[in-house]
Amino acid sequence: MNLDKIREKTGYQPLLLGLVALLASASLAWAAHATKDAIAAAEAKDLRDSLSQVLPPGFADNDLLGDTIELAQADGSKRLIYRSRKAGQLNGAVFKVEGKGYAGPIQILMAVDQEGRILGVRVLKHTETPGLGDKIDVGKGGWVKTFDGKSLDDPAPEQWAVKKDGGVFDQFAGATITPRAVVKAVKGGLEFFSQHKSEIEG
Amino acid sequence: MSDNLGTIVKNGLWENNVVFAQMLALCPTMAVTTSGTNGLGMGLATTAVLVVSNIIVSLIRKTVSDQVRIPVFVVIIATLVTVVDMALNAWLHELYKVLGLFIALIVVNCAILGRAEAFAVKSGVTASAVDGLAMGLGFTGALTLIGLIREFLGSGTLFAQASQLLGPGFSFLEVQVAGYGGALLMILPPGAFAVLGFLLAGKRILDDRLAARSVAATTPATA
Repeated sequence: MNLDKIREKTGYQPLLLGLVALLASASLAWAAHATKDAIAAAEAKDLRDSLSQVLPPGFADNDLLGDTIELAQADGSKRLIYRSRKAGQLNGAVFKVEGKGYAGPIQILMAVDQEGRILGVRVLKHTETPGLGDKIDVGKGGWVKTFDGKSLDDPAPEQWAVKKDGGVFDQFAGATITPRAVVKAVKGGLEFFSQHKSEIEG
Repeated sequence: MSDNLGTIVKNGLWENNVVFAQMLALCPTMAVTTSGTNGLGMGLATTAVLVVSNIIVSLIRKTVSDQVRIPVFVVIIATLVTVVDMALNAWLHELYKVLGLFIALIVVNCAILGRAEAFAVKSGVTASAVDGLAMGLGFTGALTLIGLIREFLGSGTLFAQASQLLGPGFSFLEVQVAGYGGALLMILPPGAFAVLGFLLAGKRILDDRLAARSVAATTPATA
């Protein structure tokens, strides 16, 4: 029997589909296995790079990825804290906070020193409007650097807001929701740090 | 369809251009063309998938029956895109960070299934590979052009961050127009529709002119 006749048989269709699905899954499994380690290494390097971006150069001399603590948040979920040390002495903490942006969650990485002052803030991931809200990205503007050195007392708590809301932080022309979300998230991060300071130090 | 490779290339690049003539793949076209670099990156990634999917579909075209060809092609394309996505993430991580969000979008690019259906399933492997390459480059050209126009009008730059995509050697491509803040509208979705509309009109006019000229050129000879 030639291929043309076999192809028309009813049993051929499910067999063919099954075979294709099997081959596809097999090649996906193989590709996932072959790339797993390289992807994990690349992502760890990314994380290390962003960690070193929020900390001033030479601030920490330990491997932050190996010195972590998990703390429960108010809503029950866990938050991973990376602890920075110099000569074995704890001198700061780095952690992620999330803000509700205009178009979705904004992931922010922030570093705080022992006195609760901000060492650095970087936006890791966002889906804000290009040209409007994306100025929170350090590649598109220096806005996130205005957080450096701020703490819960400086400016006063009621001034932890964008200027439109009576605060000290600039909003962008055409985009208020995005910077407002970032300010709120960073303030939340500072509050979280001051509540859990003893656990992070412990 | 003709197996003449020259015709295939001309079809892919101009006559039957994915965006400007077939009007396929408009979703990625609108979504990623906020800058020339983005358009170029998306175009190149799509071209790679298109060439490989055309080759595979052409190879198995005699084995696959008509009844189940669509699911088979969809599974093949989805698998290819996922493998490309993982490989880029693992071994070309810097490039992946720029292109990452576009890669998954290639799955829903109807141009790829369209070429599998309209060409690769009826043609030999070489012709299919050339068709994939030509269609892909035509798509890349269209996306880069739309991206450059929107970027220029919208942000006053050209090929911003191209060195991140192509390597530091290409930083000469990056142009910044001094003293022009840009018209935000062009970066937002309406800008994409407007630019595409004007480009389509432009291509129509050009094609009409070319047709008129070739008629004028042949008329005396036949008269």
